[in-house]
Amino acid sequence: MAYSEKVLDHYNNPRNVGTLDKGSKNVGTGLVGAPECGDVMRLQIEVEETTGLIKDAKFKTFGCGSAIASSSLATEWLKGKTVDEAIGIDNMDIVEELELPPVKIHCSVLAEDAIKAAINDYRVKQGLEPIVQEHSIVH
Amino acid sequence: MSGLKLPIYLDNSATTPTDPRVVEAMIPYFYEKMGNAASRNHPFGWVAEEAVDYAREQIAQLIGASSSKEIIFTSGATEADNLALKGVAEMYARRGNHIITVKTEHKAILDTCKQLEKQGCTVSYLEVGSDGLITPEQVREAMTDKTILVSVMMVNNELGVRQPIEEIAKVAHEGGALFMSDATQAVGKIPVDVEAMGIDLMAFTAHKMYGPKGVGALYVRRKRPRVKVTAQMDGGGHERGMRSGTLNVPGIVGFGKAAELARLEMDEESKRLRYLRDKLENELMQMEETYLNGHPEHRVPHISNISFKYVEGEGLMMGFNQEIAVSSGSACTSASLEPSYVLIALGLDDELAHSSLRFSLGRFTTEEQIDYAIEKVRNAVNRMRDLSPLWEMYKEGIDVSTVEWAEH
Repeated sequence: MAYSEKVLDHYNNPRNVGTLDKGSKNVGTGLVGAPECGDVMRLQIEVEETTGLIKDAKFKTFGCGSAIASSSLATEWLKGKTVDEAIGIDNMDIVEELELPPVKIHCSVLAEDAIKAAINDYRVKQGLEPIVQEHSIVH
Repeated sequence: MSGLKLPIYLDNSATTPTDPRVVEAMIPYFYEKMGNAASRNHPFGWVAEEAVDYAREQIAQLIGASSSKEIIFTSGATEADNLALKGVAEMYARRGNHIITVKTEHKAILDTCKQLEKQGCTVSYLEVGSDGLITPEQVREAMTDKTILVSVMMVNNELGVRQPIEEIAKVAHEGGALFMSDATQAVGKIPVDVEAMGIDLMAFTAHKMYGPKGVGALYVRRKRPRVKVTAQMDGGGHERGMRSGTLNVPGIVGFGKAAELARLEMDEESKRLRYLRDKLENELMQMEETYLNGHPEHRVPHISNISFKYVEGEGLMMGFNQEIAVSSGSACTSASLEPSYVLIALGLDDELAHSSLRFSLGRFTTEEQIDYAIEKVRNAVNRMRDLSPLWEMYKEGIDVSTVEWAEH
């Protein structure tokens, strides 16, 4: 199966690989997937307290090229958004941008889950209610 | 790297390139000598028949068959597996309906068995040990008075491990059953002798031994005992009534030539491949958290299956699949995300199964290619580990297997 140019680009030059201090109050961490399923994503956001803007985002992913590309793209999109804006990122936007084939849609779903998990972690740390996760497809 | 032609092919267990000497032998049979081997009344037919008979001899010699009549040509190993299992089940239905096989067999065996179960057969699927092997005792325990066939592959396609065929055949015969082996990955690679091994039926194919695709064979023993299989296709009654259909003469000529080359060159070739395989394996296994899958000794000299823990096979392969062609034990391209059932049968964690690559070397693999592959794969593993949250956790001393993963 051939990969799209965009998937190849993110795979070869992944953006924002790394680790933020998960103990920090301003950092939200989402760890989703499972090793036995063949993909695990860890996505982190660092939020500027005064503005509510996501000033940094990092990821690490165990998975196929599409999973790596989905999480890399997610970090790019997260940076500069407010937390509320970030909640609106939909997996289908990722599918479209990366031109993922149907068998790789689960990679985008996982990335969306990771974004929501990171936001929830941040919200809980801030004493807020976690938002209810809405899964777009069963996987 | 000067003059190294890319991509490098290290997936010879999937298929092998056709040896140029084989291609050369086949060419006349497409046009000048284009006859139908079943045409009995003109020279075109005689020439084709003679060529087929010669190929039959070449193949019989390679596998130690006592007569070339024991070779039944098919379209490949899948058809030969189907013909053997279904043909025996039908032919020997009055004697019993129980078949014994192994969980790590190729799908051509497993799915055929499933089909037979729907038709009233009972099938025992033996578990393998963590080394990928079964024991003759397991077969003995599974035998019943209804057992008509024991089918055990000689060499596993994913791991390269070789089952103790001789002992298993003996157990099958003691229990009054026939013994069948899918030897697709063995014939032409390691010495195979149907007489010495006690094999009654054996499936194999040309394209795994530098012959063309689309032609295979089923060995069917004719003496002690005389084995018969019920044909699974109706037609002109070719191949002693067991497999109808006009013979693929050029393919069969190529198959014969490939068999002859394998017989003459196997000793030298396997020494060379073992050296290259061991070099590749030893170099890659020097990396941390790498695991060899399958028994380290009881295996063919050209296959190596290695798990690189904390990286996912498909993602890893993407790091070099423009330059090196290998297989991954992870079937992430199927939406099921299921890792290889063979690796799972060894008792491997799903995670390690997802992290495996199969390297299979062949006649045209060079040391320069192996050196290049070592470097490329090593770099890709390191790069993927830098990207892997699991590797980071491992490095921090967290036992990844104790983490509670969210439902996915």
